[in-house]
Amino acid sequence: MMNVHSLPQAAAPRFGLTVGPLQYWWPRQATWDFYAQVADSAADTVVLGEVVCSRRHEIRFEDWLALAAELKAHGKTVVLATMALLAGEPELRSLRRVCEQGDYAVEAGDASALALLSRLHAQGARLPFVIGPHVNVYNQPALQQLAPLGASCWVPPLELALDAVACINPPHAPVQGAGGAVATEIFGFGRMPLAFSARCFTARHYRLKKDACEYRCRDDADGLLLSTTEGDPFIVLNGIQTQSAALHCLIGERDAMAAAGASRVRLSPCSGSFGRVLQLFDAVLNAGASASDARAELATLGLPGALVNGFAHRQPGLREVAA
Amino acid sequence: MISLPVPDASATAAPPRRKPQLVCPAGSLRALHMAVDAGADAVYLGLKDATNARNFAGLNFDDAQVREGVRYAHARGREVLMAVNTYAEARDPSPWWRAVDRAAELGADVLIAADVAVLAYAQQHQPQLRRHLSVQASATTYEAIEFYRERFGIRRAVLPRVLTLAQVQHIAAHTQAEIEVFGFGSLCVMVEGRCALSSYVTGQSPNTAGVCSPPSHVRWQEKADGVEARLGEVLIDRYAADEPRGYPTLCKGRFHVNGERDYALEEPTSLNTLAMLPQLVDAGVAAVKIEGRQRSPSYVAEVTRVWRAAIDHAAAATRYAVQPAWSAQLSRWAEGQQHTLGAYERAWR
Repeated sequence: MMNVHSLPQAAAPRFGLTVGPLQYWWPRQATWDFYAQVADSAADTVVLGEVVCSRRHEIRFEDWLALAAELKAHGKTVVLATMALLAGEPELRSLRRVCEQGDYAVEAGDASALALLSRLHAQGARLPFVIGPHVNVYNQPALQQLAPLGASCWVPPLELALDAVACINPPHAPVQGAGGAVATEIFGFGRMPLAFSARCFTARHYRLKKDACEYRCRDDADGLLLSTTEGDPFIVLNGIQTQSAALHCLIGERDAMAAAGASRVRLSPCSGSFGRVLQLFDAVLNAGASASDARAELATLGLPGALVNGFAHRQPGLREVAA
Repeated sequence: MISLPVPDASATAAPPRRKPQLVCPAGSLRALHMAVDAGADAVYLGLKDATNARNFAGLNFDDAQVREGVRYAHARGREVLMAVNTYAEARDPSPWWRAVDRAAELGADVLIAADVAVLAYAQQHQPQLRRHLSVQASATTYEAIEFYRERFGIRRAVLPRVLTLAQVQHIAAHTQAEIEVFGFGSLCVMVEGRCALSSYVTGQSPNTAGVCSPPSHVRWQEKADGVEARLGEVLIDRYAADEPRGYPTLCKGRFHVNGERDYALEEPTSLNTLAMLPQLVDAGVAAVKIEGRQRSPSYVAEVTRVWRAAIDHAAAATRYAVQPAWSAQLSRWAEGQQHTLGAYERAWR
């Protein structure tokens, strides 16, 4: 008779680590250096592409493809992201280019991308797609509508609480998508993209028109900070996107994320210490390191803002709630 | 590599020039009556709960009021559009399904929805109820609109207030769905359905609760040097004693950026597209929407009257010009007493 006590404990499933798309306009060399570091990191998946502004030309589509090939050669799974806000035919042309390449899976930033990707899936496209965080899936029937169009992974909207995520894609009865269960990937680290506008707030701040913006968003590697009249950091202007000044950080929510059915965590790039952030998340989520120690270290890294987690707990997003 | 066909404009072009429907807000039965009397072709309304994007205390309709509103509008040949345009709550989506059923049972002509779950429910359970895509779905391209049309049978899409006139024209020419645009009202600088700023500060957002910067989280505090307006814990604006005060909608406050204190996102202004009405008509726009279910019945009546005259004028006259009296009337109701063409004009580009 087997001694049950000697059986190896069922290993906790590994959390996949995804490096989310770069939200800022970094100089070319800084971008290359960043992804060189990611190539040698614990990250499993890297999402590439310009997701905020079509005027940002520092890194072109061909450059992203070259980076994708490099990262793939380093064993990373690469996903190409599409923009969250499209407005005209030139942007639709870029979208078609991303969706029609057949080498990498695509993350849908909006319903235009869903239109193209679902059409390609119906025509027999080989690669499934990711439902990105700016596609509004707030309940299970919505995910059940979209997943069969060819999705394999879902990134919930930022403001969605973990208890809602658990209802939408439950770990014990996951929604079925292209080729099986849809994976849930939680946005677990970084400044939160909260809103999009037709207006470029960075250009507006410098009294410039969007069409002649002088690419001033290049000056702020983590966005342009906006503070309240009494000096509290509040939000960040990043071109047409508005982000939180604080950084979402779910390093202490390992069990809650697992209970909500998440198998992957997304870390959104910031300009400094990102390599260490990746190491700490991997250590806590996948190697049993102490979350409170890791969080304490994160607070010393000079990250661009405070660490918060309110959204995960159905609280205002700017709050930090004891995990 | 698989190539997608690019939709051919000539094959999917919208029908030629017609008089756009004037769609007006009804936050109450009284506003509905006044909108209809002032010449609205259609009124839109919502139920008294989180299923619609203007979920404010004291606003909106119970079943009896919807029934009476429908009776009043139908007796005069007008339509009633019911907005069920927030995103169904994951833990209990049943109020949203029930709202769709109520729209059909109470005789609404149209359901306005954003959530694919709500659209799919309506398509399956109330197929005879015409479906419009709410602005909260943030469909900003013809590809996105066609996605909703092909999958969920929407007949019309309301465009977000972020597109230029040229972009509106391009969309209208490339989709079989009807296009509705905002003509007048409070300006949302963010793309509708894509803004979580309110939940970042208060835990409640347009998508989840049908509210932005909810009054329950607003605090006014008298200080020695003026008045502070807070939303939750965040100081949205501070007014000197003699400064006019606005409601602290969080994107309309004054903040510091690089040491400069200013309206960093948006000054309180109103959208007004009277000046480009002929171009919108020429683009084949099927309907012009007036924002403001939260505004008073008098606002609804006066704004409706001006837009009724303007649309009739634009459709009939070869030489259209904005009448000074119209502008004067609308100015009385504009937020911050200023008008803007918003994203429709080049100034935002």
